[in-house]
Amino acid sequence: MSQSDQSQETTEPDSFQDPGVPYHRPRLSDKDPKAAKRAERQVAAMFGISILGTVIAIWAYFGLHDMGEDVESIQQTNTVIGIGVMLAMFGIGWGAIHWAKTLMRDHEMVEERHELRSSDESRAGAIQNLKDGVEDSGIGASKEGVPRRGLLKGSLITAMLVAPLALLVPQIGNMGGDWNVGLLRHTMWKKGTRLARDPDGTPIKASDVTIGSAFHVIPEGLNEMGHGKLEAKAKAIVLMVRLDPRDLTIQPGREDWSFDGIVAYSKVCTHVGCPVALYEQQTHHLLCPCHQSTFDVSDGAKVVFGPAKRPLPQLPIAVDDEGYIIAKSDFDEPVGPSYWDRLKTPDGDLTPEEGSH
Amino acid sequence: MGTKLNNAAAGTANYVDERTSIGGFVKFFARKIFPDHWSFMLGEVALYSFIVLLISGVFLTAFFVPSMDIIHYDGTFPTMQGVEMSRAFASTLDTSFEVPGGLLMRQIHHWAALLFTASILFHMARVFFTGAFRKPREINWLIGFTLMIMSLAAGFTGYSLPDDVLSGNGLRIIDGIVKAIPIIGTYISYWLFGGEFPGEVLIPRLFTAHVLLVPALILGLIALHLFLVFLHKHTQYPGGGRTHKNVVGLPLFPVYTAKAGGFFFVVFGVIAFMGAFFTINPVWNYGPYDPSPVSAGTQPDWYILFVDGALRMMPGELWGFPFEWVIGGYTLSMNLLIPGLIMPALLFGFMAFYPWFEAWATGDRGEKHVLDRPRNAPVRTGIGVAVITFYVILVLEGSNDIVANLFHLSLNDLTIFFRFAIFILPVVAFMVTKRFCLGLQRKDRELVLHGNETGRIVRHENGEYIEVHEPLDEQARWIAVNYDDIAPSVVAPSHNDRGVERKGHKFDRFKHRLSRFYFEDRVSPVTPAELEEAQHHH
Ligand code: HEM
Ligand code: FES
Repeated sequence: MSQSDQSQETTEPDSFQDPGVPYHRPRLSDKDPKAAKRAERQVAAMFGISILGTVIAIWAYFGLHDMGEDVESIQQTNTVIGIGVMLAMFGIGWGAIHWAKTLMRDHEMVEERHELRSSDESRAGAIQNLKDGVEDSGIGASKEGVPRRGLLKGSLITAMLVAPLALLVPQIGNMGGDWNVGLLRHTMWKKGTRLARDPDGTPIKASDVTIGSAFHVIPEGLNEMGHGKLEAKAKAIVLMVRLDPRDLTIQPGREDWSFDGIVAYSKVCTHVGCPVALYEQQTHHLLCPCHQSTFDVSDGAKVVFGPAKRPLPQLPIAVDDEGYIIAKSDFDEPVGPSYWDRLKTPDGDLTPEEGSH
Repeated sequence: MGTKLNNAAAGTANYVDERTSIGGFVKFFARKIFPDHWSFMLGEVALYSFIVLLISGVFLTAFFVPSMDIIHYDGTFPTMQGVEMSRAFASTLDTSFEVPGGLLMRQIHHWAALLFTASILFHMARVFFTGAFRKPREINWLIGFTLMIMSLAAGFTGYSLPDDVLSGNGLRIIDGIVKAIPIIGTYISYWLFGGEFPGEVLIPRLFTAHVLLVPALILGLIALHLFLVFLHKHTQYPGGGRTHKNVVGLPLFPVYTAKAGGFFFVVFGVIAFMGAFFTINPVWNYGPYDPSPVSAGTQPDWYILFVDGALRMMPGELWGFPFEWVIGGYTLSMNLLIPGLIMPALLFGFMAFYPWFEAWATGDRGEKHVLDRPRNAPVRTGIGVAVITFYVILVLEGSNDIVANLFHLSLNDLTIFFRFAIFILPVVAFMVTKRFCLGLQRKDRELVLHGNETGRIVRHENGEYIEVHEPLDEQARWIAVNYDDIAPSVVAPSHNDRGVERKGHKFDRFKHRLSRFYFEDRVSPVTPAELEEAQHHH
């Protein structure tokens, strides 16, 4: 199928001739003055529609601006202004294009291209000019009478390279706040903090937690915080459920972290930190809506599907004298997504035993 | 009156020219020739939606308050009364509900952003499939690529400004990915957020990036991009009289001024239509950012879906093999780094440098101003379709909840399917596309040799019925035969005549293999001799 099986003796050229730019096909409006006149009127009408659109938009702004309080009437006002803007734009647009297509001369024209490369003379000239400049400055190979100043080259380059630091170091240094990344290790939970309902902040009694129910939990006192409340909340949110104790597989070393089938887990996904908010009572599965990591609450909140790798950290809980559920300590590991030194503390590795002080 | 106007115009022109010598520019530009094709309008759509973004964005800056200070809402929207929210969120509600036309402008701005990012990708695809990135336009491809990245940055920073629950979760995801970066991840996160997530400085910082840094960069790059288009002169599709040494089309003034200028208003009109009739990002339904609640089925803007899809697809552990490793007490989360950083870096890196790769692999060095029909570059077209397939699978996985719902599939099954598909389907797409292109080339040969079927049946004297075939006209035939027929490179022998192994021949062999990959399967265009012969048969 390639050119090889082509017979040798032909007098044909081995490729076809370029037929050249096709002839111009006249349009209706080129041939018929009536059609041209009609096209002209159409274009003018479209420009007219544009003007009308502008009038509508301005009228709607003044006439309908007393917007109601309900979303519908607000949306209506905006829709009418929008229709005005739309017509104002479409009118000009279609008009201009119709004009170009029907009435402007449309004979194709040819323009030559030139190779982009500069001519040899101008290249030579450019190089000579640069050479002269280098010599005049004394950076490069020296010309008669102009001493070579190599020291200047080195020091200038060094100065230019380090000068940005004078600006960047304060800039970057200031942007990170106190840079205390150790904060990531701790949350608001302490021994004795009551588990409270999210969002109203009322503490929860163990007796309120029926089997199968799930509570979105924040630490008591969070709502009263002023500064730093969202940062605290972003780490401290917890999901608490009560399972039939027979369904619950207690993790080794965590025998006293739950209470009568009530378990509490960090609600910050160990994948990239979305709130793991969807609890399915039948399967005891907790689903993260962001990327669908699925955790099994009845079995240490281990990952059963999805992109997360680690189980959700468990919050050790107990019940106080008044029957309220309290935390026994903070989480024993950083909550949320993994990071490089999450298992390192300033004084060595973080071990589970250490966490549950 | 006409002469008066003319005199005034001439006077002004003279005044300006004497101070700027603008006459030379006008002479040079006014009748510059532009070739015409619908696919050349994709870049224009991108440009025009950017202008709409500037116009509507300036409107929004008049009312948006870039602050994370917490207030209690007391505006007109009833269901949010007393709710704690940032000023940024409250001002977004106020723009929507208390500024006449404000909601319209928010919606225009958001629709324009979606159109902007989409048109850039389609424009890129056009440039890719037609080979418009070849010499001398490689640098402009890179500028365009940077514009594409900047459009994502613009979109993401803007999407985050209203400080609603959805965008806040988006930021939290970014934070999670950033923290996964080895060694410095947590510090980068602190640098971005000014401390712990979410902090109190992010919205003001994003605002500066969104309304100043990113648009200024985009504007500068667009200027450079268009300057190079002028310098190179636009490419043209093959056709009669069109060569690598000329450009055939219509002049900038008046035809393109009217068409392209008019087209701006059409694009604006379409965006205004969308903004007027279709609600987008109704943040009042989502509520202000709070780290705790999240609704099911939340979606980022479409252009972020591919990263989201990769995050969803990547398993934390596969067949007992974990993707998070603890090495010497330090945690390395490949389940975040692969989808969040490595995959995008590879994908974008491949896109950015493809022009150099292809030129190097094919050894093609000349200036190319006539575009390839995609079928005439089967391997490139196959690669393009494979990359698109890869991307589309990620986007689909990024909306897997919607896809699963639509087709009544189990979410997990769908994800498992995509985990295989992401490796298999791009390869399949490549092979099918390449075959398809070769098929089209063969069809072209058929048409040149035997003409179009006319559907007219005639009876020969000998009683045989045959269908009349109409030969292609000169112009159609030229398009079907006028393409480069490149054979794979030939390798020089590995050993010279003295039996010494030639230096670098292994590398040559590798290059040769690439060249074969591109050109091994090919269909050569019909030659005049072949046509002659085919006609004799009839
Ligand atoms: C460069 C391309 C741009 C893109 C892709 C883009 C995209 C976006 C997006 C997706 C939003 C969220 C809108 C919403 O639904 O509320 C947004 C908001 C915003 N943009 Fe842009 N934008 C761009 C340029 C600009 C420019 C040039 C300005 C100002 C000069 C601007 C000002 C704003 C403001 C003030 C908001 C927040 C307003 C609000 O949400 O009510 N944008 N942008
Ligand atoms: S953040 Fe939960 S699955 Fe990604």
